[in-house]
Amino acid sequence: MEEALEQPQLRVFLHPLLHPALLPVSYPRDIRPTWSSIMEYNGGSVIAMVGKDCVAIASDLRLGNQALGISSNFTKIFPMTNRIFLGLPGLATDVTTLKETFRYRVNMYTIKEEREIEPETFAHLVSSTLYERRFGPYFIEPVMAGLQKAADGSLKPYIAATDLIGCLNFAKDFVVAGTASSKLFGVAEGLWEPDLGPEDLFETISQTLLNAVDRDAYSGWGAEVYVLTKDKVIKRTLKGRMD
Amino acid sequence: MPDGSFAHPQQRQFNPYTDNGGTILAIAGADFTVIAGDTRQSEGYSIQTRYAPKVFRLTDRAVLAVNGFAADGNMFVKKVKQRLEWYRHAHAKDMPLRAIARLIQTMLYAQRFFPYYVYNILGGIEEDGTGAVYSFDPVGSYEREACRAAGAAQSLVQPFLDNQIYFKNQKAAAGQTHPTHLPLSDVLSIVIDSFTSATERHIEVGDGLEIFVVVTKGHSPQGLESIRNVQEVTTRADTDRMFVIRRELKKD
Amino acid sequence: MAAASVYSGAGFDFTNEVRNTFLTDRGIPLPKATSTGTTIVGCLFKDGIILGADTRATEGPIVADKNCEKIHYITDNIRCCGAGTAADTEFTTALISSNMELHALSTGRKPRVVTAMTMLKQMLFRYQGHIGAALVLGGVDTTGPQLFTIHPHGSTDKLPYVTMGSGSLAAMAIFEAKWRPNMERAEALDLVCAAISAGIFNDLGSGSNVDACVITASHTEMLRNFVKPNERAVKERSYQFRRGTTEYKKEEIRSLVVEEDVTYISAARGAEGEAMDTS
Repeated sequence: MEEALEQPQLRVFLHPLLHPALLPVSYPRDIRPTWSSIMEYNGGSVIAMVGKDCVAIASDLRLGNQALGISSNFTKIFPMTNRIFLGLPGLATDVTTLKETFRYRVNMYTIKEEREIEPETFAHLVSSTLYERRFGPYFIEPVMAGLQKAADGSLKPYIAATDLIGCLNFAKDFVVAGTASSKLFGVAEGLWEPDLGPEDLFETISQTLLNAVDRDAYSGWGAEVYVLTKDKVIKRTLKGRMD
Repeated sequence: MPDGSFAHPQQRQFNPYTDNGGTILAIAGADFTVIAGDTRQSEGYSIQTRYAPKVFRLTDRAVLAVNGFAADGNMFVKKVKQRLEWYRHAHAKDMPLRAIARLIQTMLYAQRFFPYYVYNILGGIEEDGTGAVYSFDPVGSYEREACRAAGAAQSLVQPFLDNQIYFKNQKAAAGQTHPTHLPLSDVLSIVIDSFTSATERHIEVGDGLEIFVVVTKGHSPQGLESIRNVQEVTTRADTDRMFVIRRELKKD
Repeated sequence: MAAASVYSGAGFDFTNEVRNTFLTDRGIPLPKATSTGTTIVGCLFKDGIILGADTRATEGPIVADKNCEKIHYITDNIRCCGAGTAADTEFTTALISSNMELHALSTGRKPRVVTAMTMLKQMLFRYQGHIGAALVLGGVDTTGPQLFTIHPHGSTDKLPYVTMGSGSLAAMAIFEAKWRPNMERAEALDLVCAAISAGIFNDLGSGSNVDACVITASHTEMLRNFVKPNERAVKERSYQFRRGTTEYKKEEIRSLVVEEDVTYISAARGAEGEAMDTS
């Protein structure tokens, strides 16, 4: 008799907005709604590219609850210093948590060291922060873009990405992450070329992002692009498909 | 506990399908069609062969690219060819492209509950002389399009094609519009670059590239003269012309 | 929370474990980390050890990094190749490298390969295979050239030629056919190169370039990108866009150059001003 009471109503588990976490644990596994990964729960994608004496980082603006769009102004890129920008695609609750964690840790670094953190150091900070939680990770795949002070005082482009447990990937060309990552890889591999100036890099990264997210159900709903040069930061909000 | 006895209920399973990787793509022009595929056949982390064609000539003006489960693909092509030969014997002419597309639909849907695990892309010249691409899902849903990628690296290539063929997200210069059809030379460049890019980022794509080009009867294959390794495979005069271009891809 | 973030203890943080188990119990599989389908090898030769590795990192069938480094520094005379979960190989070798440095400092002796091997196996065994690092450890110490493999559960082997990773069978085929005792340096380097190449070309999980590292009693030589047999071909055309191709709704430019106009209040005070009291 008690078992009969345990049966949830059909309407509940066919409801498209149902949060699977609300379902009782005793529920038979095979009819519980599942999705391939927690990384697809809120959606979102980020890409960073290297240019000539400049870097760019761009992301979509969607926040979703699986297939349902919730917000079209959910920013995933955050300034860490004047010359480091961090993109955090993944589970939205962890985006918010990690953004604050890194702001805090960068501030602590600045106070203790009495200097601004450099991109490469920051990349290792991100990496260790994530690996510390190797067995209970944040569902985030960070992407970083920055300009690194070289020994001769010049600024060199620096980009990096890590997986969700902090394995660093430095690349000379571009790094991608998020639900549209395979699309971003494909388009970026086709469109990217070395030594693009800030304006040309803006076009290339924007086109890469827009066309990749248009083929991804979990990313899109607007996009923003940051281009970092030695003397300024250009932020542009793109006109993209809103479906 | 399958111990050979019949004391416990036993269950055995056989999975008749496997994925053999690779990627195919086709682009239609105003008076030509380009159909291409890589030649690697793999299973898991192993390469079964570096040269297994995925693109097949069906008639003088139709080419079929098959991707997915190689055994099903080969069998399917064989059966389509057989049906086309029967058609030739019955009607003393080649089946038109749109009819081949419908034939493929019925052949795929006939296997609705034990499908051929293949993604088909049919390319060629329509009866009105225009280039055409038809893409299918494994159970026969199909559509005529201007360009399509399928297979392992579909997600890498298709958005690139959206951008470069359909000019998606690109604002045309003031007072200008985007062309509806690209010239053959541009299409070939985009096809080759799509495959070299997919080879870089997808482990199942590589080894070789085979590109079929079908050009409408009486139209010049302009843009082919500057391409290396072109072989004409036209069988008769006074028909559409067909060419094959073979390229090496990275082998890692 | 704040205090915990500053003065966090050593080791792993399991804070998210409860939440994540809650999610997995509800049928949500955890995502997979970057795994290096890899070819790594090591072999003994006349004067020491040669280690080799490919440079491809994958996420499923997608190549995440075309030129990563899989030969990790342990000490000046010891290196370690890593296969398996990329982050694990990276951090495990870095941790053991630090501990080896401290050990060398406290003992005042040149570090030994067995020490590193023991530290690695004890750590991996403690984590019961959950740290997915499969390693090839090699070096030359006072006891001579040493070569080990260490499996994720902590078991080890000591052999004259070893391979690991998804390309291990392809590489081992080369070693079994061509390895001999007391090879010359050039010969052994060619052999390692051939073994890695076998992995690069025949195993889909391995690719791009060959990294090698030659360790002898007197010297360690890291040969990063020793052979590059997989350079990308030149593209058929350029894909640079006309400026203005991408439409945007809003633009904000933040100048990092601070401009200041200095206005002197009066000529009398401008040059010298009031002298500062420095007494």
